[in-house]
Amino acid sequence: MPKLSAAYYTLLTRWHALTGCKYFWPVFMIAGLAFCMAASTFEFLDLYLQLILIYVGINIILTVSLNLINGYMGEFSVGHAGFMAVGAYIASLLTVHVFPPGAQNLLFPLAVLAGGTGAALVGFLVAIPSFKTRGDYLAIVTLAFCMIVKSVLENIDAVGGPRGLLGMEKLTTLPWVFFWTVLSVWVIRNLVYSNFGRGVLSIREDEIASDLMSVNTRQVKIIAFVVSSFFAGIAGGLFAHALQFINPRMFDILKSTDILIMVYLGGIASIAGSITGAVIYTILLEILRPLGIWRMVLMPLMLVLLMIYRPQGIMGMRDARLFKPIRDLVTEKLWRKKKKEAADAAP
Amino acid sequence: MPLLEISGLTHRFAGLCAVSDFNFVIRPHELVGIIGPNGAGKTTVFNLITGVYRASEGSIKMEGRELVGLTPHAITKRGIARTFQNIRLFKELSVLDNVRIAHYGQIAYSPAEALLHIGRFRAEERRITNRALDLLSIFKLDELAGEKAKNLPYGLQRRLEIARALATGPKLLLLDEPAAGMNPNEIIQLMEFIGWIRKTFSVTIILIEHQMRLVMGICERLAVLDFGATIAAGLPAEIQNNPKVMEAYLGVEVAQ
Repeated sequence: MPKLSAAYYTLLTRWHALTGCKYFWPVFMIAGLAFCMAASTFEFLDLYLQLILIYVGINIILTVSLNLINGYMGEFSVGHAGFMAVGAYIASLLTVHVFPPGAQNLLFPLAVLAGGTGAALVGFLVAIPSFKTRGDYLAIVTLAFCMIVKSVLENIDAVGGPRGLLGMEKLTTLPWVFFWTVLSVWVIRNLVYSNFGRGVLSIREDEIASDLMSVNTRQVKIIAFVVSSFFAGIAGGLFAHALQFINPRMFDILKSTDILIMVYLGGIASIAGSITGAVIYTILLEILRPLGIWRMVLMPLMLVLLMIYRPQGIMGMRDARLFKPIRDLVTEKLWRKKKKEAADAAP
Repeated sequence: MPLLEISGLTHRFAGLCAVSDFNFVIRPHELVGIIGPNGAGKTTVFNLITGVYRASEGSIKMEGRELVGLTPHAITKRGIARTFQNIRLFKELSVLDNVRIAHYGQIAYSPAEALLHIGRFRAEERRITNRALDLLSIFKLDELAGEKAKNLPYGLQRRLEIARALATGPKLLLLDEPAAGMNPNEIIQLMEFIGWIRKTFSVTIILIEHQMRLVMGICERLAVLDFGATIAAGLPAEIQNNPKVMEAYLGVEVAQ
């Protein structure tokens, strides 16, 4: 065993040295994008595998953005599928009815962005009841919101009503998913490691104390809800153009539950955890597909076991060094050094 | 000009009068105390000053500007910070983050800059982090900067709470029972500590306390509350011999 732990330790230090390198992120971005482009143009990954990777990306966006509300802020939102629906419908309407057929590929990012913006506006509205209500009550508010979105969409004939909307081209490609996934992870990580993000955390810990420590809790809640729903909308737009068909029933409470499971599987208040949770859940569901209906027995059973033996999730409340800002790590390091020098100089 | 001017402050909880017609004027750099038996309404006064509750009647003026009706964070931005009777730190967060959060009102970057980590973000974060670390080292908590707040021993948690309150850059510091759960030795240390804070950070301090030794030892003026009403106010020596105060604390028969 000591041999194994030593090997693990060297691996860990190597990994830290690698990720601490200045060029890690640019190289990762370029390599990832190149891989995705090659995969989608030369098709060395078959279409099925590509589709799974696309779903993995979309689920990562959804999980990381929901973690901002449920994990970092400690609220309980079950309306994430509603924001996703708003993004999906806005993006699809734009590509199907508004954009000229020739320029679809070019204008696709705009459609996704519009979907995200629309969802962000709706998120702003949902943030307002969160000023007064917390916990179970906010869960009911967001649940109601999710139902409102679904029934509104079912009753508008222009968007297909309960039959849904189709006619989207398959515009969601692997490179785009990679781009949006990295962007959403990066932006949310940036928010978390800023003073606004610390404000979000302090609301989870003690809202009144945080207000008394000069945190503008309303502003923080609005920022968190808007950012979270923006990326849910982005994920919705990507989802619609990957599946090429959407209907209101896809975005009901069950979809929200799926996202919730990924959040709690990966662990609350952890970006690395959210990514892990989304990847494991999506891939596991695919691997277990041959089991047919038993899949839906086995998956929940695994979740029950996880909640019993590891209630905080895979990486609850901890984050990989990879996502921590260099500034924090450096300050910590410098401070230790300074302390040691002072201790050495003392006697 | 007085720093804080409280006049006719009254607060009712559904008929129960928690504070009635409370008047108090605090001049800059004073150290004053509010004392009284349990349930006298002392903490309610703090909650009214800091905006946790909205006063039913009366006014609270900070340097001539009205505070009643402002949100707690707006009041904190005007220069009032407080600690709590039961420690209310952000338990799961690091000691450093606890202090950094309290700089929220002073950050100069916008949410957009925070989302993209551009513009003033880097310089501001460095400034806040350094200030927080300096503050922690003044309070001898710097070695624990990376520790979760809940892992600190009780005494250090109290100290961290004061450091966090001072990080908001207050002119007026409200201490709610700082000596709760301390032994006589620790209380003597605390007395020195409070005097030192007043000098180092040049803040005005109001403190709520049960420990007569602490209050009589350091407060320059006192107000005594009982059942929401002010029963006495003045110098510690006057208060000590006031029959009404003895009655409130010890009961009618003993006082006679």
